[in-house]
Amino acid sequence: MTAEAIADPGAPLDPGTAAARATEAILRDTLHGPARGVVVDSPPGAGKSTLVVRAALELADAGRPLMVIAQTNAQVDDLVLRLAERSPELPVGRLHSSDADPYDKALDSLPNVRTSAKAADLTGLPVVLSTAAKWAHIKVDEPWRHAIVDEAYQMRSDALLAVAGLFERALFVGDPGQLDPFAIVGSEQWAGLSYDPSASAVTTLLAHNPGLPQHRLPVSWRLPASAAPLVSDAFYPYTRFRSGTGHGDRRLAFAVPSDGSGPDRVIDEAAESGWGLLELPARHTPRTDPEAVRAVAAVVRRLLDRGGAATSERSPDPAPLTAERIAVGTAHRDQAAAVRAALAELGVSGVTVDTANRLQGREYDVTVVLHPLSGRPDATAFHLETGRLCVLASRHRHACIVVCRAGVGELLDDYPSTEPVQLGTLVKFPDGWEANHAVLAHLAEHRVSWRP
Amino acid sequence: MSLITTLARLEAVDSGRAQPAATVRHRHLSERPLVLVPLITAGEAGAPLGALVGTDRDAPRLLVVPQPRDRDLRFAFLAELADIVLPYIDAYADAVEVAERTETDPETGKRVKVEVDLCADAPQLIVPSRAGVELVRLLGRSMRFRRTAEQDPQTPHPAPPRVPLLGRWLTHYAERSRVPGSSLLLALTEVLARHWATGQSGLEDQHLGALLAWIDPPEGGSGAEAALRAELARDERGQLLCPPAGPATDPAFDNKLLAPAIERYDRARGTFAAAEDGLEADDRLGAVTAAEREIRALVESVTRPTWDAVWRGLDLLRALPEGGHVAERWTRDRWSFTGHRDRVLSGEPPQPRRDDAVTAANKLATREREQARLEAQEALDDPLVMAGRRLAGEAFAGEVVDVEMAYSEGRRPSPRPLVTVRTDDRPYLGERVKVYRSLGGKPQSYEFVARQDDGADGALVVLRVLDKMGRGKEPEPGSVPEKGDRICFTLFEHEQRGGAKLPDPEDTPWTHGGPPGEETAPEPADPVTEEDVL
Repeated sequence: MTAEAIADPGAPLDPGTAAARATEAILRDTLHGPARGVVVDSPPGAGKSTLVVRAALELADAGRPLMVIAQTNAQVDDLVLRLAERSPELPVGRLHSSDADPYDKALDSLPNVRTSAKAADLTGLPVVLSTAAKWAHIKVDEPWRHAIVDEAYQMRSDALLAVAGLFERALFVGDPGQLDPFAIVGSEQWAGLSYDPSASAVTTLLAHNPGLPQHRLPVSWRLPASAAPLVSDAFYPYTRFRSGTGHGDRRLAFAVPSDGSGPDRVIDEAAESGWGLLELPARHTPRTDPEAVRAVAAVVRRLLDRGGAATSERSPDPAPLTAERIAVGTAHRDQAAAVRAALAELGVSGVTVDTANRLQGREYDVTVVLHPLSGRPDATAFHLETGRLCVLASRHRHACIVVCRAGVGELLDDYPSTEPVQLGTLVKFPDGWEANHAVLAHLAEHRVSWRP
Repeated sequence: MSLITTLARLEAVDSGRAQPAATVRHRHLSERPLVLVPLITAGEAGAPLGALVGTDRDAPRLLVVPQPRDRDLRFAFLAELADIVLPYIDAYADAVEVAERTETDPETGKRVKVEVDLCADAPQLIVPSRAGVELVRLLGRSMRFRRTAEQDPQTPHPAPPRVPLLGRWLTHYAERSRVPGSSLLLALTEVLARHWATGQSGLEDQHLGALLAWIDPPEGGSGAEAALRAELARDERGQLLCPPAGPATDPAFDNKLLAPAIERYDRARGTFAAAEDGLEADDRLGAVTAAEREIRALVESVTRPTWDAVWRGLDLLRALPEGGHVAERWTRDRWSFTGHRDRVLSGEPPQPRRDDAVTAANKLATREREQARLEAQEALDDPLVMAGRRLAGEAFAGEVVDVEMAYSEGRRPSPRPLVTVRTDDRPYLGERVKVYRSLGGKPQSYEFVARQDDGADGALVVLRVLDKMGRGKEPEPGSVPEKGDRICFTLFEHEQRGGAKLPDPEDTPWTHGGPPGEETAPEPADPVTEEDVL
């Protein structure tokens, strides 16, 4: 029982205080706790990177040599930039691969960041950052005193196995609701083993060290008040979180009024309520459903044409809704390519179009999502995966517009998930079937039917 | 399912015949494979009922367990199987060639080249279907921990001498079959389905009879109809004309024919055991033998059609020329075979029941690498597979329309020519994407520079050549494409990098439970329960 629950059982703390208390507890366990590992679950936009940077600075201040393990080069570069922003004097090492162009060129202009492909060049620096893949090739005589593993739920168990010998203690930070790591070959053979190499690093870590302290960040600063309850209910039913902002704090307005078309109506609905569902007539289609792709492109075109302005707690003045602040999310790469081509035809450039896997960890004002099950005759495990829908539905600060063919609800009911049950594995809740239904039920209240 | 497979399947439905999904054979086929058509008893996982096995298509050996629940008879079956399979394996173990391998010197820690034996060829095991592979795995597991009377005189049910060894080999073959592209143990339905697209579902493709009906329908007939006949047609006794390829049997066969025959056999054995004098026993032994002969005939009647179908399938596959990289992959199979031969010879214990953390991670890494390698090699070997990748935007072919010399910046400028290719394909080229082409069997890398639409469907793609041009200021002749060349570029890499080295099992870190405990080698067999003994 924590102190806050005793002190104030009725009215919840204000979000800022709740988040600050959680952070304090995490840092206390990390810096002074007896456990070798600390696990932090962070819902979308809960300040995970901020926490990593803060923990890194405090560990560096305490004089403990620190290695930071992230999963992609973009994540590493982003952390280096944030570290340098917060503490420009701190010497930081960026270990990179020997490929051409291995890191963001912006790092070269930072005076206290040293980059090298050899770990030996970076010895003695208080903080060294790299990807798990690069760290796996490093050999050391003496392990680092401390490590921070970022996006630990997206790291595979075998990747952790390759680097765990490099550090004594570690802080594992990640979002359990996002996409699980995957293997391109079958790994049923090891299902149920505590060290299943295709499981996530955190699953293996906790299976072998069940006593490790586990924390979670309770407030999402990204998701608006309209989105946090749905995402929390659908994807984090047992570890709820809330929005850091209230219903009136964010507003999306458009200078050009609606022309009454489907895209415009759904934009208005989303601006008003935070969610919009543009429903096309039911039909079985190939993955790159031309009508749905064109509908996505049309929505983006209209978002830009109508002179959107986003008001938020960040600044008193509305910020224009530009192409950089809009993203399109899809399930497959060929869908993303088709949307890019359709956008190019409409003369739109600068809008991010990518798959759920690549949108993880990113943030935009408005997202347009091509529903993973739209037009499909079947609901495979890939398309039902909870994490995929969760990533797509939690990238936005203001509004999310989903483009989908009618009939997904019936599809879900016709094909309940039939994955084989493996002995010894933890069943993940909620399953994709349930999460999809929860999201659909909510989206149905913001539906705009449209026949293109 | 890729777009091109969908198309091939639609065409198959339309034409009533399977359509080629490959123009070359992507798996190695031995000149003298050992074919195994096993059957199991319904309701008794891993209790063999019989098998046809051998390397001669005209003279298979028939092995039968007349009472599958009698463990002595089961052991007799396994011992017979060992007497056929092990000599076949041994025949390949002795013919070796010398090969080079890089190993880490245990004293200096450096990578050094050492000369080692590599078996010149390896035995190949062929079963009709994926379920057959699973049975091989199960048999391997059930046998490899058994103890023979020689190893342990106290053991309650000693196994015949060579049975544990057979278990180790079957385990190795089943485990190797999980490596993509390996050919030591092949399930024929999977290999056929890789090379032909039928008009039925992937699940239905697991029926060997139906699959062959699509690929090679009877003269003048439709494959779809022949496949339906293979699945459903029954004779006047209600028995399937094309018995399932096993290891499971048809319930109608079990109920109508097999169960009564086994009952007669049990009865004959009972009366034989109750015989009071030698004369009577002789008489009754005749009845037992007759009952056994009846079961043998039954088992042969449902395995022989599958046996013939397997060889027919092999004929169809042999008619395809072998793919360019198949021999290279088979060499890795030979390494795998040689490695296990050495482990057996050096007296190592049988494979453990479960992989430890490091072994599991290593296996997964190997298989992922082999999967990527297989996908790349199949595309490079086979224009039809490459067409599928081109359709998926992962490759493009086109004609070189312009080559412009350019140099890299820096102190020592090296050649970085710009090549313009006109293509009708639609590759997913983005900023800084690398593409590759095969140049004398080695990949040459290019960097995507720009793209410009050309006509209705075509595009002009500008690429920068990055390597394989030699060390001089001028590129070596033939290393840079010339105007008019038709080239196929891929967005995927042709070769796979090795992964990071994992710690040794005894250095397993705390996150993964620390080093595995001392095993009591060899692991004991599963305890015998009441259900095991009749």
